[in-house]
Amino acid sequence: MKFLTTNFVKCAVKSCSASQDSFPLKYSECQLAKEESEYNPDFVCHMLERLDWDAIVKVAADLGNTSIPPQKPEGLDPIMEDDQAILRDLHSLLVETVILEGKMTCSSCGHIYHIKNSIPNFLLPPHLV
Amino acid sequence: MKDYLIYFAQAYPNFRRSEIESLAGLNGIKLDLSHHDESTPFLVVQLENDEQARKIMERSILGRGIYELWGDGNSLEEVHVNTKLRYGSEFDRYKQITFKFDFVGYMGSREKKNKFEVIESFAYLGFEGPIRMKNPDEVFVVLEQYEQPDREKSTTPLHIWFGRQVQLSARTENILDKYDLKKRKYIGTTSFDAELSLISCNIAQVNTGKVVYDPFAGTGSFLVAAANYGGYVVGSDIDHRSLRGKNEKCNIWANMKQYNSASQFLDVMTMDFTHNALRPDFQIDTIVCDPPYGVREGLKVCGVKDPTKAAHRENVVIDGEKAHLRRDFIHPKKPYELASLLDDLLSFAVQRLPVGGRLCFWMPTANDEFSTDFIPHHDSLDLLYNLDQEFNKWSRRLLVYSKRDHQSSHTSVEQAPAATVSKNISNFRARYFKGFSPSSK
Ligand SMILES: C[S@@+](CC[C@H](N)C(=O)[O-])C[C@H]1O[C@@H](n2cnc3c(N)ncnc32)[C@H](O)[C@@H]1O
Repeated sequence: MKFLTTNFVKCAVKSCSASQDSFPLKYSECQLAKEESEYNPDFVCHMLERLDWDAIVKVAADLGNTSIPPQKPEGLDPIMEDDQAILRDLHSLLVETVILEGKMTCSSCGHIYHIKNSIPNFLLPPHLV
Repeated sequence: MKDYLIYFAQAYPNFRRSEIESLAGLNGIKLDLSHHDESTPFLVVQLENDEQARKIMERSILGRGIYELWGDGNSLEEVHVNTKLRYGSEFDRYKQITFKFDFVGYMGSREKKNKFEVIESFAYLGFEGPIRMKNPDEVFVVLEQYEQPDREKSTTPLHIWFGRQVQLSARTENILDKYDLKKRKYIGTTSFDAELSLISCNIAQVNTGKVVYDPFAGTGSFLVAAANYGGYVVGSDIDHRSLRGKNEKCNIWANMKQYNSASQFLDVMTMDFTHNALRPDFQIDTIVCDPPYGVREGLKVCGVKDPTKAAHRENVVIDGEKAHLRRDFIHPKKPYELASLLDDLLSFAVQRLPVGGRLCFWMPTANDEFSTDFIPHHDSLDLLYNLDQEFNKWSRRLLVYSKRDHQSSHTSVEQAPAATVSKNISNFRARYFKGFSPSSK
């Protein structure tokens, strides 16, 4: 599971859908890895548009990284030389940082989801469907 | 506007028009294909310029190539007269370029010796540039339609077109070989045919930088096809084993790498589509999928059939931990109706797609009880295409919807069509498992 993906998923329980607390999930006991992958500045820019930056900061902190700037970088251009450094940093954070194993907890209902073999599992037990 | 000639492949003729129309639409090109005739692979269309012609052909799977049409007729003599009439004033522009001649024959062809004679007969074009077999500036092509399929092969063409090659298609450049399932690192019993998954993605208007979601991703056939067209792909499936694959060299990630698409891959997640974890404001541009219909892969959702039996299980504790919160907990599944799942899919698409965004999925239908009533419907979706693919004993169809410009809270769940869908599906399953009566073969 890419760090990026933590920004796109919330608790799957229906009664949590209205709750502010069901996103982002809280990440704990996570085993992280750095997986080198091809740098695609267009991809990073497109994703940046869709990111909820506050959630990025929050999840990064869960995972022990408290150095993420509080403001989302804006106006980056994939073809501008000056923007490459920050785009590469974002690539490394969003795409190359992966969670191999770990827990995701909903702050609204307390349900715990697992990340197994780098795939997050959002299946629900019978009493939550 | 000028005339261009499209030469199609002999595959899925009933899908051609939707593919080319969708590619034109994707590029903002107005194109009238109402005269398309499934029985012939040649189609004359009107376009502004080469640029437009390139755009509608380069990604195409069902087209082979597109040509600026210089002249045509039922005999070479007619072709020459027509060519001089229509393009006579243009010949000079090509005087100095390098070029070659090519032949395309449908249901027949010419002997090599005869080809030279044909080329000679075009001497009036006055091209002086050297002939170059490799990478010439221009390729001039003689396309010929011979006898109809049921006759014996003939050597005299019924109709001849002459034109300048503008663009060959992805198919002609061997894309089907590249995506051939037999060469793919990771496939499974649910993997979807490469040709049809690429066609689906063209009709779905997958494009560079668009987020494409497959909620029933399985082994990821639509994810690799969508990534081929520049899509940023994300998938989910209730079955974590198919998402995980066998090992590092044999899984969805390995496929993405094989096709050089790893940098467009978002992620896959284990998820019951009906309890979706993608946050509602995460915009999805396109949905392409092959929902489960119970033939090979049981359609299931999380839950238990009889909740009373499972009551209080949430209190079970193992090693001081709630059982259902443990990493190795096995989530019980129960059967679900395809009709309901398709309604869920349509509602989801309405919530997540932008206006004009496409939902494209395959569904089964039994051959001899076809009725258009069986097509799921939603007030906020326009049904653009309904395309049948016939097998021996059954058929399936590709349904393509586009999100409408108005919001509506109605879904077909409360409406009659859902019931008809349900009837069709259970009917289909029952019939599939029972086998077919001889009359339906
Ligand atoms: C026809 S297969 C699609 C296969 C896929 N196109 C591929 O390339 O392998 C249907 C898939 O839907 C999955 N499925 C069944 N019920 C589901 C549900 N409720 N939510 C998500 N996926 C489900 C099955 O596990 C199966 O992989």
